[in-house]
Amino acid sequence: MESIEKSTGFKFRVRLFEFLLMFLIWLALTWTIDPLTLIVGVIVAAGVVLFLSDLFPPNMVLLFTPRRLFWLLVYIPYFLYCVFKANLDVLYRVLHPDLPINPGIVKVRTALTTDLAKTFLANSITLTPGTLTVDIEGEYLYIHWINVLAKDIEGATIIIVNKFENILRRIFE
Amino acid sequence: MTETIGFILIVCGLIFDFSGCLGLVRLPDVYNRLQSSTKCVTLGTCLILLGAVFYNGINAVGIKAILCIWFIFMTSPTAAHAISRASHKAGYKLWKGSACDKYLEDRQGSLKKEDS
Repeated sequence: MESIEKSTGFKFRVRLFEFLLMFLIWLALTWTIDPLTLIVGVIVAAGVVLFLSDLFPPNMVLLFTPRRLFWLLVYIPYFLYCVFKANLDVLYRVLHPDLPINPGIVKVRTALTTDLAKTFLANSITLTPGTLTVDIEGEYLYIHWINVLAKDIEGATIIIVNKFENILRRIFE
Repeated sequence: MTETIGFILIVCGLIFDFSGCLGLVRLPDVYNRLQSSTKCVTLGTCLILLGAVFYNGINAVGIKAILCIWFIFMTSPTAAHAISRASHKAGYKLWKGSACDKYLEDRQGSLKKEDS
């Protein structure tokens, strides 16, 4: 893995991939095939890749394999279902006259190791029922939970993290 | 037909946005308020944008709306994380009825270790 990422051919492929991604976004934003716009788009995309390519996750191009894309397609509908459930949950709590909340910050453990996977996990947790990621330290996540069901690490991990972790591990690791 | 679907989506989005704002007023502390505002405003705004896509069809406007949906889904949870972490570090306490605060316990533990 280390040697592949260091080689110039791989770096060039990553740059080319990033350039194509930027150019696609440019095409989507302008939505014309006027030659002048296309030329400007090529220049802008090349400039962005040249100056800002350090900001992209370096092994992003390795993620585009059919198996990972399949699990991504599984993940997105499940994620949207969780988002809808979260919204109905908030709607219920806010409209209920007694405000049925029992908030607290709990600590959970994740087995994911890469930064990209952890980012996706934290964002998914924030958008799903009653949970909000406050901080990440190493393998621990601090979660604000609007209705605390388990205060210990293991119990909270099973309820909050496990449902996403299994799919995210298949996508990112 | 697509216009009708667009209008229905926009109305659903407005309902969710409204509940997010209501939560901002009714819930007790900054963390609970972030919960309601993040979740409901994310989905509500995305539904409004999706309604705009259905209303306009896939053209220059529709594509921009789809890109906006993607950006809101990526940035809104990150912003909530940043605000909640910053307010915890700035010393805002949880609501007095809260069950537990492991983050405060751990942070105080690490502070004591630094002192000794």
